[in-house]
Amino acid sequence: MSAVTVLFRRELALAWGRGGGPLLAVGFFAAVNLMFPLAISAAPERLRAVAGGVTWVGLALASLLSLERLFERDFETGALDLLSLGPLPLEVVSAAKCLAQWVATGAPLALAAPAAAISLGATIATAGVIGLTAAIGGIAFSFVGGAGAALALASRRGGVLIALIVLPLLTPPVIFGGAAIANYTAGLPWTAGLTLLGAYTLAAIALTPFAMAGACRNALS
Amino acid sequence: MISTLANPHKFMAFSRWAAPILGLAGGVLIAWGLTLGLAAPPDYQQGETVRIMFVHVPAAWVSMLAYGCLGGASLVSLVFRHALADAAARAVAPLGAVFTVIALITGSLWGRPMWGAWWVWGDARLVSVLVLLLLFLGYIALRASIDDELKAARAAEILALIGLINLPVVKFSVNWWNTLHQGESIMRAGGSALAPIYLTPLLIAGAGYSLAFGALWLYRTRGEVWRRRATSLALQAALS
Repeated sequence: MSAVTVLFRRELALAWGRGGGPLLAVGFFAAVNLMFPLAISAAPERLRAVAGGVTWVGLALASLLSLERLFERDFETGALDLLSLGPLPLEVVSAAKCLAQWVATGAPLALAAPAAAISLGATIATAGVIGLTAAIGGIAFSFVGGAGAALALASRRGGVLIALIVLPLLTPPVIFGGAAIANYTAGLPWTAGLTLLGAYTLAAIALTPFAMAGACRNALS
Repeated sequence: MISTLANPHKFMAFSRWAAPILGLAGGVLIAWGLTLGLAAPPDYQQGETVRIMFVHVPAAWVSMLAYGCLGGASLVSLVFRHALADAAARAVAPLGAVFTVIALITGSLWGRPMWGAWWVWGDARLVSVLVLLLLFLGYIALRASIDDELKAARAAEILALIGLINLPVVKFSVNWWNTLHQGESIMRAGGSALAPIYLTPLLIAGAGYSLAFGALWLYRTRGEVWRRRATSLALQAALS
């Protein structure tokens, strides 16, 4: 097995098992989803109008949840020191961590998202688009969120700090994903939102590993 | 000139004179611009509220200029590991946040009579300026939460550069989003075709704001340099 495969399997095992994994993320997502109808109204026509958007807010929040432990766990145990000395560059290590984070939380959330939206009144026909945008956007959440988590490594208060750093950076994918769902629901051309979401995600995959590696080296120095 | 000023001693000698001169020039230009603005006739659509523009628009310009300066200083600091560039980056962030808040508050005060609402989500500029404020706040919070100054500086530089790359994307996405919600957005009066009687005071006030920002930035960078000297002196005193 190559070093990357071994690393990815390790990261996946950690993300799936230790950080609370899919259960925590999906549970939190469901709880957020419960709050919206309670706070807005139980009237189906009002909920239906916001179903897609509310689902995206829940996804963005749920993706923040396990970021704090993404680098911190390895930083505290000294594993990050070893990884930085190992054969793989920290850029690849960071990318593997984010990808494992997405498999453990982003992908389950993408499966849960259509169910949440349908419970709020979205039609069954929109399930595919919601799941697709949630899956693509989830990768961007993972990578951009990973950059925030790596930057907060040297600080004392991780969680809230990461949220404050990351959420403004996530406005473009929330806009693109929300717009794709809204346009699809309204029967308008919707692929523009999906394409832009894909472009943002690809840019995040290409650029954020360098920021994460730089932030990790800084925290380790 | 930039490379000469990179020397902290030369910077301190230069800014000692440059900061008050810039501040004075900025103050005079702002006063001149606002006087012209107050003397201009009321707008046929906006009435007297058009005068808020002379306070609001320059603040919005300077808030974006400040983020550009933050990104530029962070890049120089990251590439050349220059302490003065880092001091300048640290000094400019709260300044930018204040100008952003001024832009948001004055924009809101203008929006109430013009749009009938303190805040209109349909306006792309409002939303992207709010994101700009959050980027400033994230930078300040990250810096403040890391005790080790060197580590705080490196982490903050990376965040500033991520924000610099992200800002045009935010701007584009919010504009794109805004066109989708065209039905909800409210017509903006006097957006593009601005009469010279309003444009002249606006440009004068804009130049004044920029010079005043430059002066405040120099003052704050000087304060930051002094703070670092005081810290290292205290450290020496504690060690001896």
